[in-house]
Amino acid sequence: MSTTHTHAHGAAHEHHDDHGPAKGIGRWLFSTNHKDIGTMYLVFSLVMFLVGGAMAMVIRAELFMPGMQLVDPGFFNTMTTVHALIMVFGAVMPATVGLANWMIPMQIGAPDMALPRMNNFSFWLLVAAFSLLILSMFMPGGGPASGWTLYPPLVLQTGDALPLAIFAIHLAGASSIMGSINIIVTIMNLRAPGMTLLKMPLFVWTWLITAYLLIAVMPVFAGAVTMLLTDHFFHTTFFAASGGGDPVLYQHVFWFFGHPEVYIMILPAFGIVSEIIPTFSRKALFGYDAMVYATASIAFLSFIVWAHHMFTVGMPLSGEMFFMLSTMLIAVPTGVKVFNWTATMWKGSLSFEPPMLFSLAFLFLFTIGGFSGLMMAIAPVDFQYHDTYFIVAHFHYVLVPGAVFAIMAGVYYWLPKWTGHMYSMRLAKTHFWASAIFVNVLFFPQHFLGLAGMPRRIPDYSTQFADWNMVSSIGGFGFGLSQLLFVVLIWQCVRGGARASQVVWDDARTHGLEWTVPSPAPYHTFEEAPVIK
Amino acid sequence: MKMVKRALATGAAFLIGSTPAMAAWSDLDLRVGVTEISREIHGLHTLILWICVVIAVAVFGVMIYSIATFRKSKGAVPATFDHNTTAEIVWTVIPVLILVGMAIPAARTLVRIDDSSGSELTIKATGYQWKWQYEYVGQGVSFYSSLAQESNFARQLDSGVDPATVQNYLLDVDRPLVVPQGVKVRVLVTSADVIHSWWVPDFAIKKDAIPGYVNELWFKAEKTGTYRGQCVELCGRDHGFMPIVVEVKPRADFDAWLEAQKAAAQAAAAPSTKVAMNSDEPAALRVAVAE
Repeated sequence: MSTTHTHAHGAAHEHHDDHGPAKGIGRWLFSTNHKDIGTMYLVFSLVMFLVGGAMAMVIRAELFMPGMQLVDPGFFNTMTTVHALIMVFGAVMPATVGLANWMIPMQIGAPDMALPRMNNFSFWLLVAAFSLLILSMFMPGGGPASGWTLYPPLVLQTGDALPLAIFAIHLAGASSIMGSINIIVTIMNLRAPGMTLLKMPLFVWTWLITAYLLIAVMPVFAGAVTMLLTDHFFHTTFFAASGGGDPVLYQHVFWFFGHPEVYIMILPAFGIVSEIIPTFSRKALFGYDAMVYATASIAFLSFIVWAHHMFTVGMPLSGEMFFMLSTMLIAVPTGVKVFNWTATMWKGSLSFEPPMLFSLAFLFLFTIGGFSGLMMAIAPVDFQYHDTYFIVAHFHYVLVPGAVFAIMAGVYYWLPKWTGHMYSMRLAKTHFWASAIFVNVLFFPQHFLGLAGMPRRIPDYSTQFADWNMVSSIGGFGFGLSQLLFVVLIWQCVRGGARASQVVWDDARTHGLEWTVPSPAPYHTFEEAPVIK
Repeated sequence: MKMVKRALATGAAFLIGSTPAMAAWSDLDLRVGVTEISREIHGLHTLILWICVVIAVAVFGVMIYSIATFRKSKGAVPATFDHNTTAEIVWTVIPVLILVGMAIPAARTLVRIDDSSGSELTIKATGYQWKWQYEYVGQGVSFYSSLAQESNFARQLDSGVDPATVQNYLLDVDRPLVVPQGVKVRVLVTSADVIHSWWVPDFAIKKDAIPGYVNELWFKAEKTGTYRGQCVELCGRDHGFMPIVVEVKPRADFDAWLEAQKAAAQAAAAPSTKVAMNSDEPAALRVAVAE
């Protein structure tokens, strides 16, 4: 494998290829550099994670004990709605796009993303989108309060916030589509010689599949919300029964987007974990091909399971049967992944640096989310779980100690490569243990609440639910505060610290091209493609 | 300040384990309920939960064993294998078999739930923001069921009322739905505004109330008593405040109750208010006249 060539060696390149970062704010506003844009995505998602997290704190504070103490029920609904929209579209997705921007070119030996200007545009659109979404909370009539699923007819009761929120979704969707096109074009065209598809790192694979999912479903979502807009402003009745429309149609269209969306958030996480576990097990990933095929199967199945979110809408028996069985099938490829990660560790030589700790927590806790997912797939039993805290526990398990922990694992894994500095291991481990413990205190009791019959999205509850809600809230505050350690750690690592070596992690060199470039990674890498044997 | 005090009090009670809500600690699992279907669903839930627990013990066991044994700090030398076709086939096929084992009883229950034939009583439940209306179809009995006054007062922002002092806080209504014991009751669920969802956990049945749709559910309660549930589809500001209370009475008591309701309805149906009792009128008109 080749190392990078500096300008002095790369005489064949045009001169302007070699300049360093521009000075001042222009570097960020007009950047076409995948590393700068990746950084902006990651910083943006961290800010959104904190904003969405603050909203979660409001929710957990109100739910700390029975009775209404802090907020109006309408504002509570705005908090649950905007918390979800921000976490899904503003925190998790941009974080994985940021990692893709940084790592995909470096992992496939490409000099940059294939479409750098579009890359810049897709990032800045996201900023516009979330400015609008946050502005929508201050509109007359209150912020969006119909849940992130925006079900009509309820969503049509939104005040002036509705067009802002919908336009925000349009912009965020356009940003995602452009980002996906960029990723696909980059992977298809800019791989280094010898980097065949089945030699690509798993992170690249999972993102390639994710990008196709995004392109397939984002326009569907855009269509659904556009119909909401015309129903509200132009007197169409796509979703209004009184005019011959159908409120359930919206749910079908939404979840045709919404279920693949779940995998859009988790597949890159699978990729990250598949990078990290082999490195810290000092052993190749077990069943690489099976991992790729399992990812592709999950992606395919994600298109035919959507109505398991709608078991209670009154579908015909055949529909319930189909969606129950297809949903259960997802357990097979997901199981293959969990078994393969476990087999990767089997007879390895494990060490427990922060990226590995987060990946291990992912492995255990995502699997718990998988189990509750399997339980919910069983339609007749889902009649009891549906729209209760059991569901809230389930999707937070797969998204927080699932997707978010994997993203944090990725940040801990690659941060020294990005900054050239090692971070404080002590602080990182403190962050890990605090997060891993509190996340369970926060979400595990929600299983009990759901089974005991507590509906989701309620601002106040019957006194029988008091105890576990208080436990959950304490976990929530602990988890929220723990994340400030993460911010401090990143800040410190960017500012300074022990120099990171080129391979950073003992034995990482065998696990990807990114470890063949210096730390910090130069502003331009692989201007001359490495050759993969 | 009052709130902080109450939080401390609740917290302290919580620590020493003496709150009246302490019964909740035993509410860790799905309730068995009072219908055949609810027992069946509870059985399915328990079956699948235990299958998951067994798989979890096996998988987590291997993970924990690996983490404990194959440590670099213990001088573990990594093996070089990166696949094993036999193992991979085994752990693809076994889950499929387990899933088939789960799917068969699940499908059977699903078919039974779907069969609403042979019901003896039909009630139409209509969701409103934020209350329910129950109509005994063909009996001329219809009424609204809203959050009980006491709960409604206590739940206001900073009401100063401790929810623990309110009986069945947020799970009590002014007029409960009354049904006979041991009779297959069919409920037609619909909505007059946004989507709601009708759920009584002890009957293990949940159906969305959707404007323009009439959904169907049924239950056959085996025990008399009062069963409580809530709206479970976000329906706006007061979504958390439209409970569902069902009183199951012995057949004879129910018949007597229904006769009394009919009589009351007829007495109230003086010509001037007749329109209010005509359930074929649009909902908005009925509400307007009734109020």
